[in-house]
Amino acid sequence: MARTDPKKDVVIVGLGWTGSIMGIELAQEGLEILALERGPDRATVPDFKYPKVIDELEYGIRFGFMQKPRNSTITVRRNGDEVAQPMRRLGSFLPGDGVGGAGIHWNGQTWRPMENEYRLRSYVEEEFGADAIPEDMTIQDWGVTAEELEPYFDRFEYMAGISGQAGNINGEIIEGGNPFEAPRSRDYPLPPLKQTVDAKMFAGAAKSMGYHPFPRPAANASEAWTNEYGMQLGPCNFCGFCERYGCINYSKSSPQTCILDALKRYPNFSYRVNSEVLRVDLAPDGQTATGVTYWDDEAGEEVTQPADLVILAAYQLHNVHLMLLSGIGDPYDPRTGQGVTGKNYAYQMNGGTTLFYKDVDFNPFAGAGSVGMAIDDFAINQIDFGAEGFIGGSYIVAGNSNGQPIRGISLPEGTPKWGAGWKQGIGEWYGHSMSIGSHGSCLAYRDCHLDLDPTYTDRHGRPLMRMTFDWKPNDIRMTQFMKGKIEEIAQSMNPDSWQSSFKSEGARYDIRPYQTTHNVGGAIMGTDPNTSAVNRYLQAWGQHNVFVLGAGAFPQNIQYNPTGAVGALAYWAARAIREDYLPNPGPLA
Amino acid sequence: MRTYLKILVGLIVVGAIALLAFILVPVQRTPAQAQLPDDWQPEEGQGEYAMRIADCAACHTAPDGEQFTGGRAIESPLGVIYSSNITPDDATGIGGWSLDDFRAALYDGVRPDGTHLYPAMPYENYRKLSEEDVRALYHYFTEEVEPVRNETPEAELPFPFDQRWTLRGWKWLALDDPGFAADADDPVLARGEYLVEGPGHCSACHTPRNTIMAEAAVDASDEAFLSGGEIAGWTAPALRGPDSAIAGWSQDDLVSIFSTGRNAHAAVNGEMQLVIRDSTQFMSDEDLTAMSAFLVGLNEGTGQARAESETTETETEALIASADPDMPLGTRLYIDNCNACHFANGRGADEVFPELDGNSLVTAESPTGLISMILEGSELPSTPKRPYSLRMPGFADRLTDEEVAELASFVRQGWSNDAGPVSAASVAELRGKAQAKME
Repeated sequence: MARTDPKKDVVIVGLGWTGSIMGIELAQEGLEILALERGPDRATVPDFKYPKVIDELEYGIRFGFMQKPRNSTITVRRNGDEVAQPMRRLGSFLPGDGVGGAGIHWNGQTWRPMENEYRLRSYVEEEFGADAIPEDMTIQDWGVTAEELEPYFDRFEYMAGISGQAGNINGEIIEGGNPFEAPRSRDYPLPPLKQTVDAKMFAGAAKSMGYHPFPRPAANASEAWTNEYGMQLGPCNFCGFCERYGCINYSKSSPQTCILDALKRYPNFSYRVNSEVLRVDLAPDGQTATGVTYWDDEAGEEVTQPADLVILAAYQLHNVHLMLLSGIGDPYDPRTGQGVTGKNYAYQMNGGTTLFYKDVDFNPFAGAGSVGMAIDDFAINQIDFGAEGFIGGSYIVAGNSNGQPIRGISLPEGTPKWGAGWKQGIGEWYGHSMSIGSHGSCLAYRDCHLDLDPTYTDRHGRPLMRMTFDWKPNDIRMTQFMKGKIEEIAQSMNPDSWQSSFKSEGARYDIRPYQTTHNVGGAIMGTDPNTSAVNRYLQAWGQHNVFVLGAGAFPQNIQYNPTGAVGALAYWAARAIREDYLPNPGPLA
Repeated sequence: MRTYLKILVGLIVVGAIALLAFILVPVQRTPAQAQLPDDWQPEEGQGEYAMRIADCAACHTAPDGEQFTGGRAIESPLGVIYSSNITPDDATGIGGWSLDDFRAALYDGVRPDGTHLYPAMPYENYRKLSEEDVRALYHYFTEEVEPVRNETPEAELPFPFDQRWTLRGWKWLALDDPGFAADADDPVLARGEYLVEGPGHCSACHTPRNTIMAEAAVDASDEAFLSGGEIAGWTAPALRGPDSAIAGWSQDDLVSIFSTGRNAHAAVNGEMQLVIRDSTQFMSDEDLTAMSAFLVGLNEGTGQARAESETTETETEALIASADPDMPLGTRLYIDNCNACHFANGRGADEVFPELDGNSLVTAESPTGLISMILEGSELPSTPKRPYSLRMPGFADRLTDEEVAELASFVRQGWSNDAGPVSAASVAELRGKAQAKME
């Protein structure tokens, strides 16, 4: 069975953050838009209704809001010599599905990259010499600057109602904010969240060591907020159920709270759920897309959806998968270094130290996804790469996101893992620990990439995408450096005991334990069609009517959580489409 | 004896003639209150705008029906009345009605065939409509709306209320003089008064009914006007006087509630949601300002100073914050179910979570609205300025009748609230009704 539907001006693949932003921006142009969402529809009530969604087993452990590997997965190997195996259970990262995408189940940590992260290769070459870059490291410049993107970050942060404290407004350093951040044009829309005990203790210790603590920017509203679309957030009540959950309280910025009801009012916008896009259809000459083909789950048939403009707004992995399946950009070949699609897949290098205090009550049940105090004194623009022997950086943070009973309780080393001893440990230590984490960069390497798997196929018969990725010595040296700094702070805080967990020399990538859902690259942006998959406006080099949004555009990973940059790039691309592309469709670069 | 008989027969004959005349002699129709040229035409959009300010859509559209085709069940204390089809369909709507026919329905509550309309049609208020608005509405419903065939059910009223001819007598007692004359000289206030008293027919719900179930007042000069009423079991709160739900509200607060259904204090609930959905969100800024200015004027001098309690912690707040395991059940249920949004101080958050302290739904004499809110929740209408259909979930599946009663009693008496307790029996009754409606 198959059908062809009437042509649309725009088809958007995926209705998460970027699909919603592009949807409303283009809806304002009066274009006929159809968004196709692979998963089900979701709304605060009934899907995130209190108390149904406050269920750690259902959503935290069994991944109620995540994609099901039986429907969509990848194969993984650590290097070209291994045979990739399908990921049959989620673990290391958790792509969402359904309306709102991962935008419903994130913690809300909303950062801007540092100025030098956008031009990392140039920065390292200028400051430390080309020799500082290892031979297998394929870092690149983004092709945009912090200054160019500033208005789009501002737009995203005000749309999403971010709570925070500016540290640098137009070059003026503001006490209490991050003095090392790129200049911003004005303060955050909302004041910072109230801080938890652990965050205050950490900030005090950091300050007394001469560091510069500041509140972590949060998409958890500190006060009621109304954004440019008239959409509204209510103040966060610190229920501690952000990551992996939809917010019960209209307090976490998401497509639902910030965009969707406004977008649905446009008669020229519509969306279909349970509609998984199978490929982008190209014209016979391959120079443009003619639309997409998707699987309509309800009708049980393939649908050809013609459109003048195709916006890939799915999760990073799925955007790259669709590009590889559809012939958008030449597939990257790690042996030759030629090709662009799938190039520079990167991840995130994190670590942490847990501190135990018998006599401190941390009240972990009161938390928020992005509460916390951070320092950027070891950020990517503060480190002498030449002296330290690595390229990269981290922010360091303490803040209690949750005190959930199954995954949220840390126990000192040596406590039994089960039985009466474990129970006793839980009774003794619940609420008596805190952690200090580092959230760091992960750079790009010649062999870390995405391509089509030669063996395994999905339920539609399409080849699965294959991920080739492993930790690299440069990033391990970076995280070990952070370990030293964090342990120094931890010691100064006089805990009864403490323990650290950082990748050390020889560490291999393991997809089983959760690490972070910050998968980036593979559809990287740049100024040269020979080294990037999309141009600086996220437009495919080879097909001018295809735009690829999301963290796939990052040429290597930043030291921060990616959503801020993902949102800003979506507004950046939307402006280019509205003002430059629509009046004169064609390559923008 | 013969004389008596003669007189008796004479009286019976006269009575019979009078009764027949009462039933059969056509009602004198109120004429146009102003003369407009015969070729007068509404401006583009004027007809639709008049329909919006008179909110014809809310009643004349069934929940799943086509617009203006009627059939919506309107529950009156005497029984169910169904709204009529007001599309220009010849057989089932108002097709073929003359302007005078149309005006007579608005002003006098009569159909062209002389049938009396039940006063669920607010002709007590529509009698104040300007001739220009009457003409605009007539144009809209005869020329701009498509005819749709839809037979609507007959009213379900017991004898003698099913005898529509008796309404003639009711009208003699109930109806004021037609036409509108503003009390205020200020043109903005005068416009506001017109909108509130006339097309907006606010008084149909917000004014108490008198012994013959007419509005106790249709003019703002009477203090009974907008002093609170009831609609479908929910309290339509007082909009003036000591119990005014809008005491202390600014003009902007009112503009915001009319244009978006929400403001810094409250969110609309019950039937008022239909008013926002179908009427006030479409009104011009000028008209919203006028209406709001007029209502603020009605409340002058009644603004409660909340400044003091805003800075002091109330006993209720202290009790909630105490986290005392022995606290009363109602308080504990509040913490477990409501506190996340409405907070310990009962103040919620501007435009998102309504205040419970001083909330007219919470403190209404009849707890029906509050109980229904706890059981079923509520969803705000989406409007251009505030598109988010913010929704409070229902708690029917989570709380027993006793628990709802304890919780409702707690919020009715918490903070500065001072309303009577709620019984589990009244919760059970409403839960039963809600379930019956679902089935």
